[in-house]
Amino acid sequence: MSARHSPIRRLGALVALGAALVLAGCERPPVETTQQGFRGTGMQNTVNPRIAAQEAAARAVPPEDAPPASPDGPKAGQIYQNVKVLGDLSVAEFNRHMNAITQWVSPEQGCNYCHNGANFADDSKYTKVVARRMIQMTQSLNSQWKVHTGATGVTCYTCHRGAPVPANMWFKPMTPVRNASLGGALGNDFGQNKADGPGVSSLPYDPYSSYLLGDEEIKVYGKEALPQGIGNGAPIQQAEKTYALMMHFSKGLGQNCTFCHNSQAFSQWVPKKVTAWHGIRMERDINNTYVVPLTDAFPKERLGPQGDIGKAYCATCHAGQNKPLGGKEMAKLYAGLQALAPVITLPPPVAEGGRSVLYFGVGSHDLVAEQTKGLETLLGALSGNPRSVVLVSGYHSAAGEAAANAELAKKRAEAVRSALLAAGIAPTRVRLDKPQQAEANVAGEDPAARRVEVRLQ
Amino acid sequence: MLSQIPYQNLFTRVQPVGPVHDGVELPPGNSPRDGKPFLVHLFGRLGNAQLGPIYLGPLGIISLITGTLSINIMGFNQLASVNWDPVEFIRQLPWLALEPPSPKYGLGIPPMNEGGWWLLASALLLVSVLTWWMRTYTRARQLGMGTHIAWAFAAAIWLFLVLGLFRPLLMGSWSEGVPYGIFPHLDWTAAFSLRYGNLFYNPFHALSIAFLYGSTLLFAMHGATILAVTRYGGDREIDQIVDRGTASERAALFWRWTMGWNATMESIHRWAWWFAVLTPITGGIGILLSGTVVDNWYLWAVKHHVAPSYPAVLGTAIDPSTLIVPGAK
Repeated sequence: MSARHSPIRRLGALVALGAALVLAGCERPPVETTQQGFRGTGMQNTVNPRIAAQEAAARAVPPEDAPPASPDGPKAGQIYQNVKVLGDLSVAEFNRHMNAITQWVSPEQGCNYCHNGANFADDSKYTKVVARRMIQMTQSLNSQWKVHTGATGVTCYTCHRGAPVPANMWFKPMTPVRNASLGGALGNDFGQNKADGPGVSSLPYDPYSSYLLGDEEIKVYGKEALPQGIGNGAPIQQAEKTYALMMHFSKGLGQNCTFCHNSQAFSQWVPKKVTAWHGIRMERDINNTYVVPLTDAFPKERLGPQGDIGKAYCATCHAGQNKPLGGKEMAKLYAGLQALAPVITLPPPVAEGGRSVLYFGVGSHDLVAEQTKGLETLLGALSGNPRSVVLVSGYHSAAGEAAANAELAKKRAEAVRSALLAAGIAPTRVRLDKPQQAEANVAGEDPAARRVEVRLQ
Repeated sequence: MLSQIPYQNLFTRVQPVGPVHDGVELPPGNSPRDGKPFLVHLFGRLGNAQLGPIYLGPLGIISLITGTLSINIMGFNQLASVNWDPVEFIRQLPWLALEPPSPKYGLGIPPMNEGGWWLLASALLLVSVLTWWMRTYTRARQLGMGTHIAWAFAAAIWLFLVLGLFRPLLMGSWSEGVPYGIFPHLDWTAAFSLRYGNLFYNPFHALSIAFLYGSTLLFAMHGATILAVTRYGGDREIDQIVDRGTASERAALFWRWTMGWNATMESIHRWAWWFAVLTPITGGIGILLSGTVVDNWYLWAVKHHVAPSYPAVLGTAIDPSTLIVPGAK
């Protein structure tokens, strides 16, 4: 019997070996899928819990945050020499920030990674020059780019994770291989078709220079059902480059396409895609405003094969998670990393006879001094007629969570109420309206949506 | 006795061995056949044990030469793209490709390393495929056969021509052609679907898939039916077309019992042929219309009330680039 079956067994063994070779690149099941879209559309996010657990275990744990220090006392800028950033913090807060930055960026190397130990004011180490610029960048990300960074915010740790050089960044690749002996007669790879492409695909391996440094068009789909002149649309090569960028998104955030896309029509806009859209603009700002200008400050060994500086992409902060560090809100504990100068230019306040409109920043309920000017005419009218009352209505943009937005609109209205009370108007003459949602401003771009209207009744 | 004939196996278990033969006499005007036929037992396990002789002829020679040149152009370009490193060539082979020219060259002739090699490899491959097709046609005619095989092959060539010749010509650019590479042509396909607004909504794509899956289903149903009635002589299915025996009756009865209707010993082959042939024909039409007649299949399907509307589970938003206030971030 065994002799008769041995060829079958041998064949079976060969088939098993072949199957093992074919499947060698696959990950071992089981995987868990989470429904993302409407039922039956197959829009799912797929996670392999075994691999996810390994990744979670390998992820560095952020150091403990020291409790905020007293904001009182002399400012760091008055006490220390050559303080160009964070100088308006109290000395205690300033030192707390410096200690935190050391823990985040150079826990092993200590303060002297950036500072000259004999003279902390000395700027001779390039790392100090870079760190200063990076603090400004972080401030910008937490204030100008709240539309992407949200409540999670950004600290040095978001990218550095306890290492002086962030683990995830990109360099321009070597120029396409040209064989010298044949004078570059063949072998043009057109910047793609290599095993280290985004997401192990054969797609273009450097979509970043085009989209995260340059501002080439990312949209490639047909805008109308029928062609608007043949050959006028995006060529397939552009579609491949967009696809390559999207593969990086997917890998960088550890998500499937359907996290941000309705896969029925990838062109459709959904809130998460809007967040990603802002992320692309944010990365362009990071790279062009903050990172690339530092190239000359860096020693050669830190630069890439083309002499370019390591630049940011999604994975730099996200490191495989849809929210960096799982959405841990570290940044808000560090006042010095919050604000640059006021960023989004608010429209001038409106002051008409019986109506005032005051504008607010993204996610903010701080009534800035300039906007209070909009109340002057109204205050005149109120003091002219002591029986008149005003109705204060707070508005928020439609982007984000409804409950949090309503709270924000309420706080904006209260800020204006406080300003009116501070101007000497009796509390009984100021009525608060229910929170209002601004019309049609879904993405939160129109600064006019974030406003408080005050009406004389 | 009959039930013991072990036909119902993955392999042919009984191989009758006789003298090898050259086949029928060829009509005048044909080249002589090449090679001395011989038997290979392992081949006999899967099909016929006899290998050769092969009929090459002028068409076969042209096809083999142009085909070999074309494959070599692809292979050497891929090898050069990893700097002539044979280890890297093997490691990265699935990723490597010979790419078509950049869009800027349109239908012009680009420099060799800017897509000229792709154009040359495509031209040689076209000659190779067309001469091979002529070979399948003339050989069938010389044997006095019908030309069903040649026309089925022509259906596949139609899809090949649409992808590499007809559509690039209509789009006005060779850059619309497909790269010659394993993963790269798959990535091209996925990018094509995204570029033209989801091929899922292309009705010819849908037809092609229906015929493709239909082909596999018919193949499985037919193969299973014949194997199941071999014990009654069902394997002699061509005899049974004209002289229906108990095998044919039982097979027909089985399908009438289970699904109420049955194909015949002859019609099942026509069905299978048309399903197989319509797969690349409809698929080719779908590709040819993309970018030339329809630019976004999803929007086309919405326009014609084909695309279903689902609740917006992910929420809705407006394209932020249309909302940006000049001067603001």
